[in-house]
Amino acid sequence: MKHSTFQAPLPAERLHVRVNGESYEIVAPVNKTLLEILREDLGLTGTKHGCELGECGTCTVLIDGDPMLSCLVLPVEVQGHEILTIEGLAEGGRPHELQVAFAELGAAQCGYCTPGMMMSSKALLDSNSHPTTEEIKEYLAGNLCRCTGYLQILEAVDSAAKKLHSSQQDADRGNTPESTTQGTGIR
Amino acid sequence: MLRLPPFRHLRPNNVSEAAEALADHPGESMVIAGGTDLIPNLKRRQFDASVLVGLSHLPELQTISDNGEIGIGAGVSLRNIAAEKAVVKSATALVEAVQQVANPQIQRQGTIGGNLCVDTRCNYYNQTHEWRESIGFCMKREGDICLVAPGSSKCWAVTSSDAAPALMALGASVILVGPDGERSIPVSALYQDDGIAYLTKKPDEILSRILIPKNDGLKSTYRKVRRRGSFDFPVLGVAASLSMDGNKVSAAQLVLGAVHTHPVSVEVAQLLLGRTLTDDRLLAVADAAFKAATPLDNTDLMYAWRKKMVRVEVRRAFQDLATRAN
Amino acid sequence: MSLTKYSVIGQSVPRVDGIRKATGQSVYADDFTLPRMLYGKLLGSRRPHARILSIDTSKAKAMPGVKAIVTGEDLPVKYGILPVSEDEYPLEVDRVRFVGDPIVAVAAVDEMTAEEAVRAIEVKYEDLPTSFEISEGLAAVGETSRIHDYGPHDNVHKQINLEFGDLDSGFDAADQVFDNTYFYSGSNHLALEQHSAVAQYGADSKLTLWSSTQTPHYVHKALASVLKIPASRIRVIATPVGGGFGGKSDPFPHEFCAAKLSMLTGRPVKITLTREEVFYAHRGRHPVLMNVKLGVKNDGSITALDFQSFVDGGAYGSYGVASTYYTGALQTVTYKIPAYRFRGVRVFTNKPPCGPKRGHGTPQPRYALEVHLDRVANALGIDPAAYRKSILVDEYSMTVNHMRVTSCGLGECIEKVTEGSDFNSLRGALPVGKGVGLAVGSYLSGAGLPIYWNKMPHTSVDLKIDRGGGVTAKCMQIDIGQGSDSVLAMTVAEILGITPADVNLICADTDTTPIDLGAYSSRVTFMMGNAAIEAAEKLRKKLFEAVAEELHISERALSEGTESLQSAAGQIVHMVNGVPTGKSSSFLRAVKLAESKFGQLSSTGSFTPQALRGPYKGSGVGPTPAYSYSAAVAKVSVDRETGIVTPEKLWVAHDIGRAINPILARGQIEGSVYMALGEIFMEEQAFRKGQHQFPSMLDYKTPTFLEMPSVESYLIETNDAEGPFGAKEVGQGPLLPIPPAIANAVYDAIGARIDELPITPEKVLAALALQEKGKFPQVGPNKFPDYQWPTPVKIDPVWYDQPPEQWVETRRRDRSKC
Repeated sequence: MKHSTFQAPLPAERLHVRVNGESYEIVAPVNKTLLEILREDLGLTGTKHGCELGECGTCTVLIDGDPMLSCLVLPVEVQGHEILTIEGLAEGGRPHELQVAFAELGAAQCGYCTPGMMMSSKALLDSNSHPTTEEIKEYLAGNLCRCTGYLQILEAVDSAAKKLHSSQQDADRGNTPESTTQGTGIR
Repeated sequence: MLRLPPFRHLRPNNVSEAAEALADHPGESMVIAGGTDLIPNLKRRQFDASVLVGLSHLPELQTISDNGEIGIGAGVSLRNIAAEKAVVKSATALVEAVQQVANPQIQRQGTIGGNLCVDTRCNYYNQTHEWRESIGFCMKREGDICLVAPGSSKCWAVTSSDAAPALMALGASVILVGPDGERSIPVSALYQDDGIAYLTKKPDEILSRILIPKNDGLKSTYRKVRRRGSFDFPVLGVAASLSMDGNKVSAAQLVLGAVHTHPVSVEVAQLLLGRTLTDDRLLAVADAAFKAATPLDNTDLMYAWRKKMVRVEVRRAFQDLATRAN
Repeated sequence: MSLTKYSVIGQSVPRVDGIRKATGQSVYADDFTLPRMLYGKLLGSRRPHARILSIDTSKAKAMPGVKAIVTGEDLPVKYGILPVSEDEYPLEVDRVRFVGDPIVAVAAVDEMTAEEAVRAIEVKYEDLPTSFEISEGLAAVGETSRIHDYGPHDNVHKQINLEFGDLDSGFDAADQVFDNTYFYSGSNHLALEQHSAVAQYGADSKLTLWSSTQTPHYVHKALASVLKIPASRIRVIATPVGGGFGGKSDPFPHEFCAAKLSMLTGRPVKITLTREEVFYAHRGRHPVLMNVKLGVKNDGSITALDFQSFVDGGAYGSYGVASTYYTGALQTVTYKIPAYRFRGVRVFTNKPPCGPKRGHGTPQPRYALEVHLDRVANALGIDPAAYRKSILVDEYSMTVNHMRVTSCGLGECIEKVTEGSDFNSLRGALPVGKGVGLAVGSYLSGAGLPIYWNKMPHTSVDLKIDRGGGVTAKCMQIDIGQGSDSVLAMTVAEILGITPADVNLICADTDTTPIDLGAYSSRVTFMMGNAAIEAAEKLRKKLFEAVAEELHISERALSEGTESLQSAAGQIVHMVNGVPTGKSSSFLRAVKLAESKFGQLSSTGSFTPQALRGPYKGSGVGPTPAYSYSAAVAKVSVDRETGIVTPEKLWVAHDIGRAINPILARGQIEGSVYMALGEIFMEEQAFRKGQHQFPSMLDYKTPTFLEMPSVESYLIETNDAEGPFGAKEVGQGPLLPIPPAIANAVYDAIGARIDELPITPEKVLAALALQEKGKFPQVGPNKFPDYQWPTPVKIDPVWYDQPPEQWVETRRRDRSKC
């Protein structure tokens, strides 16, 4: 079988996707990946890419709360599912506890793996509010980082987990006026 | 950024329709479920499909049943298999296998059917079109020789499924749905000795379900050798199962992954059945496995080392099982 | 020692770009889109070495959506980061030298079209003889096999033979001579962000290039030269770099091509490399084959060192001449070596060009030297930590090869890691299969000389105070993740007594910011830091003058020091004999007073390192205003059945002079350890007939979360006399001791020497197999080239053991408050 040198593009299709709690109707060729749609059609360039082959974890987003590699996802297959990207992590203008911890504890150096790493961390804490060191390592083992040696990321996730947990406890006791809602997927 | 080639995407209403869609587009269609193997291969132009038949929306592929035997829909994600109590209880090897596939994200995206059908791999083949053009195309795609074994008339791409050896050691079978109906075959019969046509499944058949017999006394394990604790395909997989009657072996199976074009069943019944698991017995089993493994220089790590590891890992697998059986 | 108290410096404040990065708001080059933007793609060579017979772009040109195509003829000017090796074209004209060497660039309406257009281009080649290995590059070859038409002969790019002191007498004086060969493999930086650039050539004939580059200034120069546009009409803006490690320090083909395609189309053009193309752009760690011959007395003291390096350069010069000198420059700055010969050769091979990667040319010889010293200590029966301490260089001394050593905390580094790890009790005492190893290293705080010869500053910082109290700092430096933005903001904040959040940065823009040579050679903290201090002190002087006038403080009292002003926490406070008088002014008030008195408040500070080069050709490589020092202990376990080595823990102490931001400094240490572990255990640029075996992130293995052991870091503060607040570098040095510490730990664990990186399970098993046969378990290079060296250049060692007065008296600048 000889590889054909030029394949004419097929007509674009109408797609409905839900990203960060909002519904979008976009017209795009079906062979654009979710990564491409997010960055190029929705302007959500917070999601990065390092290989486009599922080999680095940089493009991780949450789909129905689960971390997935957006470079391997066809938007047509996730219509009706909730997609969360780094842009949807902050509530209003208030950064997520993980974002604060990453910024304060040196977990972002060049910052390029950070959005993907953050989304995996978010999924972890949503499913396990008290992860052990080993659990954090295993959950984040699909996200490569070339700057930090991972240790400050580990500390940031651990610190955020503890803060989220204590603010949750405060909320449960009614100590804070606004409770921190911990949910999967979209708020 | 690497881009996908153009294709059409179909959404059949059920598995039979999906099989019909494949039959309607012979030679140019492929199914897409998790997409974790398909999409990279399309981007690198290893696959050439102008029609993709979507399966991930079909509920019938998503169910897990537990009645006499365990049934797992081919579309169940690897992660969900590992979370299923019935599977954890009676199919340890499968759980250990799927938990070691790729990375946490791919375990959530990838399906059990996809892992069983994962394309054979070779580091002359899992490359972009441009790379393969530079070194010269191989017979698996666009060329006519095997670059890892230039004298060979067949392709030596390596089976890289973690689940397949595990399911074989558990005596599992699969259901294949074609345009004319369905059939059931043992997992071992799904594979054949050809790196190109590595599946016996017909092009218009869809692997829809995995059936695992329940055997309370059977202990099983899967050991994976790879460079890193994440991301990597196996350079050796060892799946073993063992039942003991007192201190005598009453059933045993051993299957090797990633050392040939297909998972290799090692004949261990004669060596083990009715015997105690002495060190000498285990050495004999390890030797038999060593002889059965034929890794070539087309994956990570040196093939001579990979072959050496067969002995080590097989012995460690049975030692583990013996401990668990006691 | 007692260090002065600072209010900002030394605090682990959050990095200034941290929250932007954590929220996905930092805009990297590939995140840019401009109206009417086109997408470019490069076609790389399919042959390792060939003449280009023809290039047929007609099919591509005819494709709908294709807007422009350029080939080498459109950009016929050679460039190269070093003036001595300008040997690259943006697109090769008549000859390709490695698989991936760019030949054609296409711009189209979208990336997919550009990609398809590139596939439709037909190139006819005539293959030329190839040279893939160091040995092949050294062999006599015909004209057609020569990869370049310069260099001393055949495929030798550079040869060096330098002799310092009397080598023969040194070896004559030795009681024992230890001779061994080592190999350090090549590796890629593998920054997660693929190189990317966006070019916009406007109707006003001005070109703007946004690029993920560590060196906007050098890219600016190269663009002007290649495109033949006056530099005054080119603006280069470095976007936040998504990982550099040296890999984005050269000008690259995609930058020139994006610019040229934009000039041809009048539309912005973006080119982002694929991961595979990044492996071809490369500029990574040079593979180096080394021989170490060391003469020692029975007490271990060194009498002579004879070091040879054979450096596999790949297809182009890049930084290679400097890299080659670096393989011989810094052996002398850790230990007393009275006689030293360095011989080095760089060969061209038909592979992607090598260049600078974290540690640039020094991890390879450091690995060889530190494993060698472990052998010596072992043979002499001396504890390796005590041994190293007995031969350390002195502070404020001059090495035999004319390197000026100033502050040196290496002894303390060794003490910290040996105490922290309990090295002395563990070594030789752990069960078989477990072991500990020690090694040290040293690196530059910035190259003493610029890349092209000039006497201008290496860096400058402009400051401007807004009358609202905000301070804007401008500098061409680029934060590549190392935290240089934070260093700049913290430095200015410290001097002016404000918080880093009140310092706004404009960086890495050739139009709006003053010079900084770039994020390489660990130069930014030291050099920019000093420039920032100078600029901020100038402004502070104005603020103080205005406040003094307002508070009726006499100039005389201030100059005599009986009274002083101090700026901290947004206040300028009056003190008499160090005690606050209660008189003060807010920073904002001071700004208004000073602007009223002096007009717009702005200032500039610059830094030019003093001339430190010795009296010989090549002496420009190695000198630095200050060396950092590191020591590491590694603890490993070795599975004797599988040969798999697992690093269990590392202890690393680094003489940083002063930690400006300890949490960021620790991040640099941990990142260095990580990158070193990758090189030790798995990262290797492997080739098959010159073709990269696996240019992908799956098959080129780098460590994940699961491979990273815990690291105990110690920051040793020696308060360097010339460093900003006493600071030295931390970005690269901590990598150096890690590979040899691991190799030495493997020896302690199983008694085997692995003299060749990476340390793979198969090599460990091979060594153990030798052990079983009763042979010495060593795996390493078994051949070493017999090279016809040129006549050595002999250089007298000067000042050795007699540090000149002026260094001892070097102003130990104490940047206390007034």
